[in-house]
Amino acid sequence: MALLEVKNLGISFGGLRAVNAFDIQIEKGQLYGLIGPNGAGKTTVFNLLTGVYKPDEGSVVLDGVNITGKKTIDINKAGIARTFQNIRLFKDMTVLDNVKVGLHNNHTYGVVTGIFRLPKYFKVEKEMDEKAMELLKVFELDQYADVLAANLPYGKQRELEIARALATEPKLLLLDEPAAGMNPNETKDLMNTIRFVRDKFDMTILLIEHDMKLVSGICEKLTVLNFGEVLVQGDTSDVLNDPQVITAYLGE
Amino acid sequence: MKKLKTMNKNTKSNMITYLMVIVAYVIVQIFVVTGNMSSLMEGLLVPVCTYVILAVSLNLTVGILGELSLGHAGFMCVGAFASALFSLGMKDSIENDLLRFIIAIIIAAVSAALAGILVGIPVLRLKGDYLAIVTLAFGEIIKNFINAIYLGVDANGLHFSMKDTMDLGMGADGTVLIKGAQGITGTPKCSTFTIAVILILISLVIINNLVNSRTGRAVMSIRDNRIAAESVGINITKYKLIAFTISASLAGVAGALYAHNLSTLMATPKNFGYNMSIMILVFVVLGGIGNMRGSVIAAILLTLLPELLRGLADYRMLIYAIVLIFMMLFNWSPQFINFRKKMMAKIKKDKKAEKEA
Repeated sequence: MALLEVKNLGISFGGLRAVNAFDIQIEKGQLYGLIGPNGAGKTTVFNLLTGVYKPDEGSVVLDGVNITGKKTIDINKAGIARTFQNIRLFKDMTVLDNVKVGLHNNHTYGVVTGIFRLPKYFKVEKEMDEKAMELLKVFELDQYADVLAANLPYGKQRELEIARALATEPKLLLLDEPAAGMNPNETKDLMNTIRFVRDKFDMTILLIEHDMKLVSGICEKLTVLNFGEVLVQGDTSDVLNDPQVITAYLGE
Repeated sequence: MKKLKTMNKNTKSNMITYLMVIVAYVIVQIFVVTGNMSSLMEGLLVPVCTYVILAVSLNLTVGILGELSLGHAGFMCVGAFASALFSLGMKDSIENDLLRFIIAIIIAAVSAALAGILVGIPVLRLKGDYLAIVTLAFGEIIKNFINAIYLGVDANGLHFSMKDTMDLGMGADGTVLIKGAQGITGTPKCSTFTIAVILILISLVIINNLVNSRTGRAVMSIRDNRIAAESVGINITKYKLIAFTISASLAGVAGALYAHNLSTLMATPKNFGYNMSIMILVFVVLGGIGNMRGSVIAAILLTLLPELLRGLADYRMLIYAIVLIFMMLFNWSPQFINFRKKMMAKIKKDKKAEKEA
């Protein structure tokens, strides 16, 4: 059975049909790409999957659990983590603390333990520090641990967002335009990082991207969205050579 | 010494704050003991400590949670009345002043926390300006509600009314505890400077420890980016409410300190109204939003300043306002911050040059 099974997902905003009859199946360990022209509804799909919007119809099943219409935090606990198109870090917190917020639900102690610094506080905080540093090392962010997130270079901010998402120990990672605003060299590094994350954490990744080099370079399967509907779905090379896709992107 | 080096930056900064408070306490105590402090100043010691606790507790809401609350004096009011009522009622039952006061403080903290939860549940759904206005309204409601309460006790138990003393219908042996707008009279004067400073330290430790814990990070993540916080599984409502409640609870403690420093406790616009809430907010903003040490310093300076300016008679509040404006500008205007940075850099450069030469 697929890790993520979405059937007939749809939502309207007023009279606008933003996403219609959206189906997708992602196998465990897959690197899956969601592409399409601007305004095709890609980010809306992400928002539907993560509970920011509640779908009007359709179902989302993650690893056998129906998560349709659940709240964002419950969906995160069920195993979907994401990054954002416009980076959303906790800017006035340190890089380390950003990741530690991601560890919030998997390493717990109560409010009272925190205020009175009971022994459990030190034990769990130590665990969190170690785990967070481990994640930061993966992205070579460990040297910036005490820097405020707002002061990181742009590319590093994107990586920190991925690290924070991974800290929640998701089954599925959603990346919304991870290469946006990056130069070709940074994009190349990012491709390696994404591949590395998939292999190291045994992660399943669904990403939205406009950079065709990145998409064709790392995605195994693609879904093309146009006007809120699935245009083509399948293996990357087949999809990219599909005349329908070329028309949708370049026009008649 | 080695341990000091391995401490992280936050812990070190917090230790400096605690040390500062203790040193200030010792210096003031020396002045008091040697008789070098005027009785006017001595009378100000407990109020100053009250304002310090109010400022750091409001800073939890404003600086850490990132929401503007204009009803902080309301929670102080709840704590003040709850604790004063307890102390008055138990004056004869609990002989030990200190023990009674400690219980009164705990009662103040709990009652203000409950008020915080009650107000917080509806109010925290709002954001920014809306939240500020609604907390302002709640603060006024709390004050006016307490102004209308009559409470008495006699052989038959407690009597409660919202009308007047007569309406309580008490027996001949009854005593009135709360007399509406005339408030509570005869609260034992238990607040001392030493207890006040201990309460400041406890408040600071609670807030600083909270900020550097899992809960504090969750609260700050909501402040920095609500949507992202939700996406990593932070329960927004829960953590907002926790921060707001702890902030209210500490305001209640300040209220207890305030109430036990006066023989008559009345809820007037001056002590529990929005003027007071805004005054506390001024401490927080001047001291730096999210900066606990700044709040302590600002609360002390701004409470003492009007007293130091007393010689100016009629112009006192005018000068106070002007000084406030200048302090705000000097501390927080971007030009001044740049200027200060430049000067610092220059000094460092000069030193370096000296060394090389």
